[in-house]
Amino acid sequence: MIAELGLALLWIAASLACLSLVAGTLFLRGGPKDLAALVRPASVAQGVLTAAAFGLLIALFVRSDMSVDLVARNSNSLKPMIFKIAGTWGNHEGSMLLWLMILSLSGALIALFEKRLREDTLVATLTAQAALSLGFFAFLLFSSNPFKRLPVAPPDGQGLNPLLQDIGLAFHPPTLYVGYVGLSVAFSFAVGALITREIGPAFARAMRPWVLGSWIFLTLGITAGSYWAYYELGWGGWWFWDPVENVSLVPWLAGAALLHSVAVTATRNALRAWTVMLAVIGFSMSMVGTFIVRSGLLTSVHSFAVDPERGTFLLVLMAIYIGGALTLFALRAGAVAEGKKFALLSREGALVINNLLLTTILALVLLGTLYPIVAEAMGEKISVGPPYYNRVAGPLALILCLVMVAGPLLSWRKDDGKRLWSRLPASAFAGAAVLFALILFGGAVGILPLLGMTVAAVVAVASLAPLWGRTLRRVPLPTWGMVVAHFGVAVCLAGMGAESAFIKERLVAAAPGETIRIADFSVKFVGVKPVAGPNYTAIEGSLIATTASGGRFTMKPEARTFPGLMGTAPTETNEAALLTRPGGQLYAVLGQPVPGDDGRADRYQIRLWWKPLVWWIWLGGGLIALGATLSLLGRAQLPAMWRARRHRKTQERFAP
Amino acid sequence: MKNRWVLFVPLAIMGLLFGAFIYRLVTPAETLIQSQWIDKPMPLFDLPPATAGVPGLKSSDLADGRPRLVNVFASWCIPCRAEAPQLEALKAAGVPIDGIAIRDRPEDVARFLSEYGNPFDRIGADMQSSVQIALGSSGVPETFLVDGKGIIREQIQGVILADQVPEIVAKIEAMK
Amino acid sequence: MSLRLVLLCLLGALALPVAAQDRLPPAPYAYQQLNDPAKEARAKALMEELRCLVCQGQSIADSDAPLAGDMRHEVRSKIAAGESPDEIKAWLVARYGNWVTYDPPFDAATALLWLGPLLFLAIGGWLAFGRFRRGDGDAEDKA
Repeated sequence: MIAELGLALLWIAASLACLSLVAGTLFLRGGPKDLAALVRPASVAQGVLTAAAFGLLIALFVRSDMSVDLVARNSNSLKPMIFKIAGTWGNHEGSMLLWLMILSLSGALIALFEKRLREDTLVATLTAQAALSLGFFAFLLFSSNPFKRLPVAPPDGQGLNPLLQDIGLAFHPPTLYVGYVGLSVAFSFAVGALITREIGPAFARAMRPWVLGSWIFLTLGITAGSYWAYYELGWGGWWFWDPVENVSLVPWLAGAALLHSVAVTATRNALRAWTVMLAVIGFSMSMVGTFIVRSGLLTSVHSFAVDPERGTFLLVLMAIYIGGALTLFALRAGAVAEGKKFALLSREGALVINNLLLTTILALVLLGTLYPIVAEAMGEKISVGPPYYNRVAGPLALILCLVMVAGPLLSWRKDDGKRLWSRLPASAFAGAAVLFALILFGGAVGILPLLGMTVAAVVAVASLAPLWGRTLRRVPLPTWGMVVAHFGVAVCLAGMGAESAFIKERLVAAAPGETIRIADFSVKFVGVKPVAGPNYTAIEGSLIATTASGGRFTMKPEARTFPGLMGTAPTETNEAALLTRPGGQLYAVLGQPVPGDDGRADRYQIRLWWKPLVWWIWLGGGLIALGATLSLLGRAQLPAMWRARRHRKTQERFAP
Repeated sequence: MKNRWVLFVPLAIMGLLFGAFIYRLVTPAETLIQSQWIDKPMPLFDLPPATAGVPGLKSSDLADGRPRLVNVFASWCIPCRAEAPQLEALKAAGVPIDGIAIRDRPEDVARFLSEYGNPFDRIGADMQSSVQIALGSSGVPETFLVDGKGIIREQIQGVILADQVPEIVAKIEAMK
Repeated sequence: MSLRLVLLCLLGALALPVAAQDRLPPAPYAYQQLNDPAKEARAKALMEELRCLVCQGQSIADSDAPLAGDMRHEVRSKIAAGESPDEIKAWLVARYGNWVTYDPPFDAATALLWLGPLLFLAIGGWLAFGRFRRGDGDAEDKA
């Protein structure tokens, strides 16, 4: 019954979206005001019902109801509970329902909490959101029904990919999804504002918290995904410039650009059309990314067939939404005055350059990701990978960081160079010191890591400059947010630079008792023993790492084998052991046994890496998200509302 | 706003993007990596026998004036088992076939030959895929059509199907 | 691979089957470094830009696929024998085409790839700088 109820809820929610769309459209075309009153409650109800449907799908996974096709294909009764739950979104249909739930809940949240917008703009926004969700309801109900029953229930399910049986990964996709889909709010705001022609500071201020909110989740999702790839895949890489990574980066870049341009619109009433454009681009890129992954468009050789019908469906949906929004933009934006002008050397000027560089990086990531298709159309098969992105995006990112040094120190509208320069000596000195130290003592460091670490030092010091000479308690939260986020960029950049410049690698076939030296560590390979997990067996290696200063640490990397369930092939994964030290991480992987001359497997492949400052990369990502959160707390109306309430209470108390 | 056309640029860019998407949906990606080492001489190699009783293979064997097939296979490759009858048919039609066994053990090759038949005149053991890489081959099974001078004329990727057999026989005949 | 792999896994599309694989130990240089650190560094840099032909978008430097291991062996052996990375890359491109390298060469087919970012920067810059007020920023304008 649960599956049928879930499906029914989805149909009702879809009809509510339809109702919002029709009522909102009629109202905007001059219909009676009563119609507008329908839209808010309908949006809220749609959000609640979709969330309930998602809850029911989770219940099916928890109960291991194998009569449901999706559960049978993606779960197994022996699996630990947490991974049963995570299995809900670990597949196409479930993750599309998650997508839809976030889309609907976003609409419900706007309907409940957004009080700053003009009524007609709010209705237009909710109508746009309803239109977005209606398309995805159609996609789910007609081509990806998660509640489909099987005619005959199998005795047990086919399990979940063992690589996914990892706690970090279980919650990484939903985080990323909240970010992706959260950008739909900015998209709907932009469409709503274009429809009612209300584009100005009020619109920008209303949109800003939503953008910040989704960008926080995107940042966390990408950071967590990078860390997952780092420890789970067994080779210690943290970013591969892989198409699927790239399509997750593109909405993040759009969000970052939008955050900064919306600041200009909110504060100075400038860059209005551009802010609207970016709001459209953000969610468009989320959809393009989802389409690319779902349609199997860019999976490479030896990939698996993904339903082309679904791809076509998504493509049509995207064409309607993105094409519609861009057409509306082209028709309406001409009437939107660009707003106040400003000098190149001003806060706005720096933010414009920031936006120019961010969108150029966005464009080149998209270009590099899709170019193999273009080249193939011209008859050449090519691969675009790290060398391209590092060479092209790397320098642009470094220039962007330098602009970030200057931006926060400039005043709005107009500033002069001498004043800027007078605030920079400390950061310039830090940069010069790091550069000289690296050249003198660093050995052969590549140009990009060298400049990266130098710029990181400059940014780190300069990012704190807005706090100089101020009473820290009085510094507003959004300023704290900016400082923390920019400092996070510096930390992240320093980690990337140090890791690529000073990484040490040792690949050894070691016999038990052997000692391997790497960086300042002596690592003794003690031996291996078999261990059994809840649903896998493993060979566990035991390594003892000792440092020069006498520290002694045990590391236990595992090579796991998951049995094939219900006729699928067994799967092997590597569980790396990580030793985190203040200066970096020691990364150990246990590889295959190596037969000796007598044919007995007495030695094992051991892979060891010393990765200096590598954890700064994710610390930086966390700081960026924290900064955005501080900014969000400062921007949201909560403190203001709280203050107002306290103020009112005080007044009441002293009222005569 | 003077440059109103600028406002249509995003729409145009979207059009290009969607053009690429539609192109890819209509013509799905070629998933096999074809060798570029075609119409070129066989790379130099000298492989030891892959199993007892069948001689090894060296590149000079392939320039003896007789056009032939060089089949890249492995005992652990499941599709290769499905290909065995077609190789037998080609052998029966008078096409000489040499084999290159990729990352294989002698006893496994022997078992494979006893179970699925031995159409090979010679089988070289390519323990580290080095000849496979030199041929620009990326999987098993793959078959190369080599003319009498030891020049590679064509690459067939994947299992040879039964209806391809007459065509291959004709091509080998034409090379004579 | 990484996120792509993750997302493919999410689709239930990918498992790493161990059934259809050989039982031979990896080639010597697949998991063993060259003794000369300078040569190893050159080999490592090259391996990082060579594409694993049987993987989901990984370089041969970070794949456990047997063919990737054999290609690492090939690269390290050739470097040890004194070949330059460029020679080895050319040797592989002659066999697998430009697909095998993650660093596409600049030619007619890739001109747009390499020049695109510059072009974009130029057009974007031209549009953006129209926004800036020339000279002083004091007078409020009417826009």
